[in-house]
Amino acid sequence: MTKVRPWLPLIGIGVFAVLLLLVVPATLSMHWINNLGKYCCLAMAAVGIGLAWGRGGMLVLGQGVFFGLGAYCMAMHLTLETAGPGRLPTFMILYDPLGDLPAFWEPFRSELFTLLAIAFLPAIVASVLGYALFKRRVKGAYFAILSQALAVALAVLISSTIRETGGDTGLSDFKYFFGFTLSDDTNKLMVYAIAASLLIVCLLVAWQLRRSRLGELLVATRDAEERVRFLGYDPADVKLVAYVVAAVMAGVGGAMFVPIVGIITPAELGASASILMIAGVALGGRASLFGPALGAIAVGWGQSSLGSTWPGGWVYVLGLLFILVTLFIPGGLASVFSRVWSVRRRPRPAPVAVPEVVLR
Amino acid sequence: MRITSRRRGTTVVAATGALAAITALALSGCGDRADSTAEPGATATSTSCIDTSGDTIKLGFLNSLTGGMAISEKTVSNVLHMAADEINADGGILGKKIEYVQEDGATDWPTFAEKTDKLLTQDCVGAIFGGWTSSSRKAVKPVVEENNGLFFYPVQYEGLESSPNIYYTGATTNQQILPAMDFLASQGVKTLFLAGSDYVFPRTANAIIKLYAAELGIKIVGEEYVPLDKDDWTTQVAKIAEAKPDFIFNTINGSSNVGFIKAYYDAGLTPATTPIISVSIAEEEAPSMGHEVTGNYASWNYFQSIESPANAKFIEDWKAYPGSSGVTSDPMEAAYISLYLYKALVEKADSFEVDDINAAAAAGGITIDAPEGPVALDGENHHISKVGHIGKINADNQFDIVWSSDAPIEPDPYLKKSDWFPADVRDALVAAAG
Repeated sequence: MTKVRPWLPLIGIGVFAVLLLLVVPATLSMHWINNLGKYCCLAMAAVGIGLAWGRGGMLVLGQGVFFGLGAYCMAMHLTLETAGPGRLPTFMILYDPLGDLPAFWEPFRSELFTLLAIAFLPAIVASVLGYALFKRRVKGAYFAILSQALAVALAVLISSTIRETGGDTGLSDFKYFFGFTLSDDTNKLMVYAIAASLLIVCLLVAWQLRRSRLGELLVATRDAEERVRFLGYDPADVKLVAYVVAAVMAGVGGAMFVPIVGIITPAELGASASILMIAGVALGGRASLFGPALGAIAVGWGQSSLGSTWPGGWVYVLGLLFILVTLFIPGGLASVFSRVWSVRRRPRPAPVAVPEVVLR
Repeated sequence: MRITSRRRGTTVVAATGALAAITALALSGCGDRADSTAEPGATATSTSCIDTSGDTIKLGFLNSLTGGMAISEKTVSNVLHMAADEINADGGILGKKIEYVQEDGATDWPTFAEKTDKLLTQDCVGAIFGGWTSSSRKAVKPVVEENNGLFFYPVQYEGLESSPNIYYTGATTNQQILPAMDFLASQGVKTLFLAGSDYVFPRTANAIIKLYAAELGIKIVGEEYVPLDKDDWTTQVAKIAEAKPDFIFNTINGSSNVGFIKAYYDAGLTPATTPIISVSIAEEEAPSMGHEVTGNYASWNYFQSIESPANAKFIEDWKAYPGSSGVTSDPMEAAYISLYLYKALVEKADSFEVDDINAAAAAGGITIDAPEGPVALDGENHHISKVGHIGKINADNQFDIVWSSDAPIEPDPYLKKSDWFPADVRDALVAAAG
């Protein structure tokens, strides 16, 4: 379809932007705007997963790692900003009354360093990890297990270094966001708008990548890695780019999650959090442009609203949905729409591009 | 890389343009900068939306009904429902029946923050009751402060905190931990081993215990932590067996205690030689340890074995309440009285507004005839006075009270009356708390 009307998705992104940036602030209460901001952050990670998994066939079960790296970079800066110049964060005084600020915290006093770290730390980790794995042709279930284990390892590391990172309790009680007081409603709206804009940017990047030759190679690598290799391309490079882009998107999402939600804990980047990110992408449609983002927003909304009216039941609803979608519409809900669309547009239905085997 | 990009100049320009437009849009709505407000931490921008026009008052109950802490917090939720039913049967608060909104914290600290915001700004509740772990309280604290709401927290904790928007009906350090240390000193204990879960409460409690132990002349021979969700204590208990302490101070929370108790008996340790004193094992937990724990100790401010008319009624009501576990415990009792404390405050203030309630608290003179005995609210730090008790677990998994403080202990969250506590640390914490 992108071949027929290449600008169509851009109109979609435009409509999405108008909805998020103009309609939502005008109609929703601050509580739901804030919640939607949180879903936008998860959606950024989801757009990245859509690229890596949906287009690239890499089952990234541990995107919580990059989400967490971005989030903790931001959280450390906001914690230090709240504590004030030369002062220790409150939790460090609690655990170790006479200790010093750990050396790796010190650079996060700088706003510029923090912003750079949010983008580059996930990128560097993903590059090193991706290079090592893809060059060795680690793929399929082995790659999935490895990425999942990494998420668990990071969560355990943070939980067990309570004096340095705040541990299981996490980091919270942020008063300022780059000089803006976070309790102010106008500022909250601004933070939401930044998160929503960044989600739009992620969608634009994903759209551009999908149309580029890299995007085509990515799909080719997903569907027939050996053939891509015979054609003279190195699939490892193709996958590495998608993996690093996905990591940066997750990192940026994690960073914006912190001022919006007001707290970050290792539970938000561990195994179950990472799987929840995947679940949203699968429901929405991993191979489509909008599917992952909309799926993530839907899962977030379901957790907030159904979790309230039906505590405990929500998990079963999500589980059931996940099973049903995987069984009957493996392309996710987005594939239903695109199928309806193509039936309406064309005399004969076009084959739906859905990866049949992901776990090889 | 041998990937060459096709000419996509126009789309790149379009994307950059869109990005710039969006960013400009995002930044156009900037609010207060930090330096433009006089006292940023204390400013609450939202105004109260508590609805008092009808014949009911909405209150929020926020407990983990799912996840790891559900086992403890469901009981707290249930006892809050019982207290609400009792108050409603008795005519309500200022003639208004309590209409409660139950929310699930899901043992997830960001969820606690989100639900607190929902209860305060969407449901417009008069106050929120609940929480268990200190982590959940620390997630709720900034949200209630920002929205100028009220939060009633029913569990003993590590102290060194106070908030104009939180009322603490559980013990602070000088009402539970320090009495336990006094008891140990009175027993002639010379060496102590600290075992705890790896999170804010045990870490902070042990930092205080170490300072006070030095004052009492008790030697700390070891300190071990295991994450809250891990049950394997084998290697840590081996270190305890090697150190041969007179007593073990246990600040482990939740089901991790089961693994600890198992490792304790497997290592050949017994209450006769190396007794444990716990601050998180109560009547509810003792039977579910998977092993007899008879002969070990716990420090609390309420035991089911306390004999008083108020306690007899509390136990009887609870046993008859649907979904009751049959036994009563300290956090349950503290949750039960938190609703009565709110009622007393509202009635004294003759208003449901938070500022009026805080003013009524500051005026002093609020007392409740609680199951644990008469308690008085400290209007300044929002904690309540409590008698410290040490109980020894008997064969029925009830506690025989073997030691009690002479009188109710005044709450002192920042340990201002303890000169062994470093003043610069206290000052730093008070300053950080705002």
